[in-house]
Amino acid sequence: MCLAIPGKIESFVDAEERMAVADISGVKRQVSVDLLRREDETLKVGDWVLIHVGFAMSKISESQAKEQLEILTMLGEAQKAMEEIQDLEVC
Amino acid sequence: MKYVDEYRDPELIKATAREITALVENSGRLFRIMEVCGGHTHSIYRFGLEQLLPPAIELIHGPGCPVCILPMERVDEGMAIAADKRVILTAYGDMMRVPGHQGSALQLKARGLDIRMVYSPLDALKLAQNNPEREVVFFAIGFETTAPATALTVLKARELGLTNFTAFVNHVTVIPPMRAVLDDPKLQLDGFIGPGHVATVIGANSYEEIVRDYKKPVIVSGFEPLDIMQSILMLLRQLLAGEARLENQYSRVVPFAANPVASQVLAEVFELRESFEWRGLGFIANSAVKLRAAFGQYDAEVRFADVLSAYRNSSEHASELSTVAHEAPCGDVLKGLMKPKACPFFGKECSPENPVGALMVSSEGACAAYYNYARDKQTGMLTHGN
Repeated sequence: MCLAIPGKIESFVDAEERMAVADISGVKRQVSVDLLRREDETLKVGDWVLIHVGFAMSKISESQAKEQLEILTMLGEAQKAMEEIQDLEVC
Repeated sequence: MKYVDEYRDPELIKATAREITALVENSGRLFRIMEVCGGHTHSIYRFGLEQLLPPAIELIHGPGCPVCILPMERVDEGMAIAADKRVILTAYGDMMRVPGHQGSALQLKARGLDIRMVYSPLDALKLAQNNPEREVVFFAIGFETTAPATALTVLKARELGLTNFTAFVNHVTVIPPMRAVLDDPKLQLDGFIGPGHVATVIGANSYEEIVRDYKKPVIVSGFEPLDIMQSILMLLRQLLAGEARLENQYSRVVPFAANPVASQVLAEVFELRESFEWRGLGFIANSAVKLRAAFGQYDAEVRFADVLSAYRNSSEHASELSTVAHEAPCGDVLKGLMKPKACPFFGKECSPENPVGALMVSSEGACAAYYNYARDKQTGMLTHGN
């Protein structure tokens, strides 16, 4: 819950671009990108973000995303997060 | 993938460990370093980093695990709300196994209460939309990493005009407990490894007040084994030079300033509670938030005020305050005054499968980390667990 999981923005759900579909290790899931609506930072399809409990919290690079996913896998946290995500078919 | 592998390259980690040892070897001092975040604790045990450090360095595992610091009474209150037949109680996976006096959410679910695990508060919101005849309550826990999610979900509930969604808010903030452990005369700390992901919300500069008011160095750190070793090295260099500064080891992810949208949303939806109880640390002033009065209709403590007051005045509540769980010294472990293995319950009455205290529940809890990653003293190999 406290460690964020990386995801890649696949598409935006609504016209205001507040919700997006993110690919989290192959699972598609709707996430809120409300917190990244900033004047100095535009979010695009293909961007990587760190996701906490369904909310994108910060934009990161692809190499940071891979690094984060590997450490989560080694800690067993990625598997746990994926089980929780897959429990629900929100998309 | 060179960039990624670098952070867990055994040779680089060992080289950093040698540098650390060389630095402290002849100092004749003991360095007591607290890693605040449960994610760091988990990583330290998963990678056996304590085994690589010289005896002059003691790592103390801090109160940065939201389920571990939640007092049992709050769990009980959540379960009292769930006992209301109208209610579907929703909670994060970690929360499901935290023991209350009547049992954990998982056990109470097995006894027929409608309690469901959710990945996100947005899932709870969806459940409220799909079940207009039920009251959906979200058991909100966590530091500043999850508080914006709850805040935005409440705003969304208002936007959608939902009348059957409320949040039972138990969000806490990271700086006040750091101050509380520094104020405790029994606990002499030299510096902190600061939580990384929480700083993506509050900004690395939030820790500046700890440095200023207590003259203790804080290093904001990543979660990779090399990140943690580098942070320890940075901390030791400061301590040996008599310095106390804030440094950001994790600048590749953590910005210096707070996320402005998150800060604004948190300020709009929440206000500080005068005081909140932390398991093991007692009541800490201004250490948690609640919904502002303007959001009263989304506040489970307002909606279910009668249920909660009936529970607090009940005889079963009075009798609960003298149970085995209350005798477990989780608080001393949480404050770093007792190592998990020194606890009389450790590995006996209390295990990850059957936790007595919350530190055994979450993978971020110090006791679960000790238990899952127990190592042979001679070989350093894992004796069981994963």
